[in-house]
Amino acid sequence: MFFLDPFFYEILISGLLAGVMYALVALGFVLIFKASGIFNFAQGVLALFAALTLVGFQTGQIPFAHLLSLFGLHATHWGAGFPTIVALLFSLGVMVLLAWLIVQIVLKPLVNQEGIILFMATIGLAYVLEGVGDLMWGANVKELNIGLPEGPSEIILDATDMFIDKLEISAAIVAIVLVVSLTLFSQYTKMGRALRAVADDHQAALSVGISLETIWWIVWSVSGLVALVAGVMWGAKSGVQFSLSLIALKALPVLMLGGFTSIPGAIVGGLIIGVGEKLFEFYIGPLIGGATENWFAYMLALLFLLFRPQGLFGEKIIERV
Amino acid sequence: MEEKKKNNTIMEVKDITLRFGGVTAIEGVSFDILEGEVRAIIGPNGAGKSSMLNVINGFYHPQEGEVWFNGQKRGAMKPYQIAYQGIARTFQNIALFKGMSTLDNIMTGRFTHMKSGMISQVFWKGKAEKEEYENREAVEKVIDFLEIQTIRKTEVGKLPYGLQKRVELGRALAAEPKLLLLDEPMAGMNVEEKEDMSRFILDVNEEFGTTVALIEHDMGVVMDIADRVVVMDYGKNIGDGTPKEIVSNQKVIDAYLGVSHD
Repeated sequence: MFFLDPFFYEILISGLLAGVMYALVALGFVLIFKASGIFNFAQGVLALFAALTLVGFQTGQIPFAHLLSLFGLHATHWGAGFPTIVALLFSLGVMVLLAWLIVQIVLKPLVNQEGIILFMATIGLAYVLEGVGDLMWGANVKELNIGLPEGPSEIILDATDMFIDKLEISAAIVAIVLVVSLTLFSQYTKMGRALRAVADDHQAALSVGISLETIWWIVWSVSGLVALVAGVMWGAKSGVQFSLSLIALKALPVLMLGGFTSIPGAIVGGLIIGVGEKLFEFYIGPLIGGATENWFAYMLALLFLLFRPQGLFGEKIIERV
Repeated sequence: MEEKKKNNTIMEVKDITLRFGGVTAIEGVSFDILEGEVRAIIGPNGAGKSSMLNVINGFYHPQEGEVWFNGQKRGAMKPYQIAYQGIARTFQNIALFKGMSTLDNIMTGRFTHMKSGMISQVFWKGKAEKEEYENREAVEKVIDFLEIQTIRKTEVGKLPYGLQKRVELGRALAAEPKLLLLDEPMAGMNVEEKEDMSRFILDVNEEFGTTVALIEHDMGVVMDIADRVVVMDYGKNIGDGTPKEIVSNQKVIDAYLGVSHD
């Protein structure tokens, strides 16, 4: 029986860890959707941009070096970078500033528009950010190293013969901490309540004294923080390259499974997809030609759309007749 | 009803004109609201009553006219800033946070009273904790007052209409407003529920001295609980006085009976 096969557990754990990485990306979507009903197409690009900025600060890159070279300035680096902690803080600062710009330039002018229009605005935002990221930091693949442990975990390898990457374990721990704090924040603080209020009814939120603009800025900043974490984890794993923004596509099935408005749902959805993918590929893949990892997640999401469209934890859509 | 000690004017609107494109919703309307009174705004449907409330609330900005609150002229203010001035309201079609429980909804009413910033909130220490308890106490008082203890944890989207209206009143009360604006609080209620609502409104007015301005269609309720009444029709002010005076005002009778206008 496959339960007795030790390799099963290695795949299971590897799947769980991969799932956590997916969940990290999905989390950013959930936050914005929860608070403003917008599906942020630019979430993947935000993660990419955050990672680029971090590497830029770490290695002392000059932003917009390509552009400046047109004016005769040919240097690409200042000569020294910032220490990792400082670079992380600066990157966070950049994301917060970016959030403010997005609120002022994209969200405020489109305040009362339909959801679909805001969604299209985020598509535009994605392309703009991608272009700016390229102009600012260059499109070459960059290595991202913030000092996280790498390589197989020796302890586990010695004890159980299972190859588990230390990096993925770190990512899991960070993700869990993030999810727990975000859930607590949403349920138990005044700002968390204000976020939920804005998500529910703009007029009522205004009449109770909540400033929509401020809330949107907070939400997009927190999403920016989540994007930074996701960008760092994925960048450390496979380098910072422009295909990083495509991980957003993998987040979609996660969202459909977990529900678009649930923070714990993003984690559970991610885990299910991660484990499902790996197990399916290993046990059933060989029977149908392999390479199932590419489409399994979407198949699963499709099934969910048919039978439980709100996902496992999402809010049920009740229409009062 | 005993004579109430009449104090200063808490709110005054002067020559308000509000247009939406080619439609004039309110035309040259002026009236005042005295501190501690119950002021009713009545009139046929489409008269501009809800629009008037939205002007008082700061949601609509009139093209002409002035709004004076507590002796100060109101400049350009965002709607959420009005809440900090001490004005709370309920809405005609109920604007509750449907996904939250009764308790959470009423807690949002305390938003303007929660001073501690984000950082102290995150770490739940000292000032933030004390404040949270104080606010929670205030909310529990409101829940007791409105007799809705049994539905504290229920998601408001699941509550029947009458109870939702009561929760919305609770959220407005939790803000401890100086001026309470109620948009058709009795709409869709049966006799018993109307009596309960009237009692709550009168209690709030008498016990806490909260000034109440309400839009209402039920003339019986208006006669019973209002101190003074403003009558609007086709965006204009056509009557202003005590309920007795209004009822015998010919222009008001014409408006309600539908005499044709020139």
